[in-house]
Amino acid sequence: MNYSDAFRNREIVRGLAERIAALTCGLDRPLTFMEVCGTHTMSIYQYGLRSLLPPQVRLISGPGCPVCVTPVGYVDKAVAYARRPQIIVATFGDMLRVPGSSSSLMQERARGAEVRIVYSSLDAVALAVKHPEKQVVFLGVGFETTAPTVAASIQAAAKQGLRNYFVLGAHKTIPVPMQILSADPELGIDGYLCPAHVSTVIGGGAYRFLAEQHGVPCVVTGFEPADILQGVAMLAAQRMENRSAVEIQYRRFVTWEGNRQAQALLAEVFVPVDTAWRGIGVIPHSGLAIADRYAAFDAARALPVAVEQPREAAGCRCGDILKGKIGPGDCPLFGTTCTPENPVGACMVSSEGSCAAAYKYGPTSL
Amino acid sequence: MDSDLILLGHGSGGKLSHQLLEQLIIPTLSGVPLVGQNDAALLDHDGGRLAFTTDSYVVDPVFFPGGNIGDLAINGTVNDLAMVGAQPLAISVGLILEEGFSRRELSEILTAMRRAADLAGVSIATGDTKVVPRGKADRIFINTSGIGLVPPGLQISGANAQVGDKVLINGTIGDHGIAVMARREGLELETAICSDSAALNHLVKDLLEEGDAIHVLRDPTRGGVATTLKEIALQSEVSITLDEAVLPLKAPVRGVCALLGLDPLYVANEGKLLAIVDGQAAERVLQRMQRHPLGAEASIIGEVTAAGGGRVQMETLVGGMRAVEMLSGEQLPRIC
Repeated sequence: MNYSDAFRNREIVRGLAERIAALTCGLDRPLTFMEVCGTHTMSIYQYGLRSLLPPQVRLISGPGCPVCVTPVGYVDKAVAYARRPQIIVATFGDMLRVPGSSSSLMQERARGAEVRIVYSSLDAVALAVKHPEKQVVFLGVGFETTAPTVAASIQAAAKQGLRNYFVLGAHKTIPVPMQILSADPELGIDGYLCPAHVSTVIGGGAYRFLAEQHGVPCVVTGFEPADILQGVAMLAAQRMENRSAVEIQYRRFVTWEGNRQAQALLAEVFVPVDTAWRGIGVIPHSGLAIADRYAAFDAARALPVAVEQPREAAGCRCGDILKGKIGPGDCPLFGTTCTPENPVGACMVSSEGSCAAAYKYGPTSL
Repeated sequence: MDSDLILLGHGSGGKLSHQLLEQLIIPTLSGVPLVGQNDAALLDHDGGRLAFTTDSYVVDPVFFPGGNIGDLAINGTVNDLAMVGAQPLAISVGLILEEGFSRRELSEILTAMRRAADLAGVSIATGDTKVVPRGKADRIFINTSGIGLVPPGLQISGANAQVGDKVLINGTIGDHGIAVMARREGLELETAICSDSAALNHLVKDLLEEGDAIHVLRDPTRGGVATTLKEIALQSEVSITLDEAVLPLKAPVRGVCALLGLDPLYVANEGKLLAIVDGQAAERVLQRMQRHPLGAEASIIGEVTAAGGGRVQMETLVGGMRAVEMLSGEQLPRIC
């Protein structure tokens, strides 16, 4: 057995499921834990983990899919850039099908716009080098995991003296929204499975205010099935012992202080700002804007574009799904009007969206 | 949203492709419903049955580890014939070349086509060549059509899966799609992943020695094993259960899939077949498969568990259960 296989080992997983059942046995109300990160959501569906949990534990999905929480107006701006003949829009693949008010990047590409899928922001810089006659706009969407790589791309462009590389930024930071959701009595969150990759950058210490000031148990948890069930077991144990602390299950990668180098890079290139989360609204200190010293690379300032008032699709309940208030199957559009081929909301598009996961992996896991 | 546009997803082999076929192409051109569709059409002729199929190849890059567009075009059409149990008789080749394409590369592609045809034992009988101005095509596109002869009495169809049948595959999944993807994206891997492109007609001929035990044969190309099994489940009106723990998967393919957020069940294969066979005969068919050079890593990966439903589900590595659906849109990579 190789190292990573151990985290998908059937006996280990069954043992953890039994431990969770024993810990929560006899509870008169189920414990509700939110997995914040879209990769957790995907893994839970992909391995059918809900089918292994006792009825006393409920997992709900949070706002941790970066594409899903990006407002419609952002997509409209990306579409407007794609329509300009001198611009190449470079993006991670997930943004392609996200519907804006009246079009998507995929539709614009079919009409002839230059929209390129890249796997790294540095590939977008390479595009700018290769096409000096064009302006390359990279769609910077993501959390603290993606943001340092985008910061690095801006620094690389600055170092090379590029004048045709721009970032349309919508980077978000996760801890403050978690605090806002945990204060919502309707959700009744009993604990958080904190994101794995994000925590490698910000460190376990970033959640201390949640556990210590707001009384919410937090466990930084990895993505493999055994990681997730162990994280759930640790949260259940905290609840049963009436404790709230930050614990790190994902010790093989996450430290208390995080990645100092990445944090320094973020502080150099970005400044914290209030930002709009789709379905949740504006949250103070939850976004990263490009700092003034790099304004020449900020698409919003260097290449301003006007779009009309964004329109959300009628009946779309992505907002409630992102807050964990309803599950994908509770949305009247799910699977009928809204499918991955013809998505109404971003949650059905992204490979980390709850609706896409529920559609792909099916109601057996709901 | 504008529904007039043809999107890349319409060529993915998944749900959008099915919609385009069902809503526009088939009703306009023939009127035969999709459930009757197999990899090749069967034509009654002079007391015998001919299989007839066509396919176009637009792979990018044209050369990839394990093959090129030429042998791919021959093997793909031979395989479409083989999946209805036919032995190939002859193949046509249509070349569409972009102005400025390299004569040396064309020669290399043609040589590969000839070699693949010889290996499959089929003759390239007719062809056509067109050249379009630079920028109006991407280097080279190839169309191949093929005819083959179906042995008398043979009934192989996507509609023949029955409760109790086992699902077999002749080797590892996702090799072709990942080999092409890795080359296209310039991923530098420690272990090269080679396409599995191969003609399956000799393996099929071997399998057909088992007679009536072979119910369905299908090659899981675009859309991968998941989409192909879902098609079979719908066509046969049965439910199929897969066992993730026994899915044959090369470690580097697993690694690239994890890296790019791809599910190997949806990645294209070009030298694999899914055989749905009588449960009683499954072990024997498996051994026969494993004796063939293209079946050394064959395994039983699931079974037909219920009548009706048209569902595919999978017991996951860790013992959970989940549904397996058709490919939606294009396969998209993860974002964070």
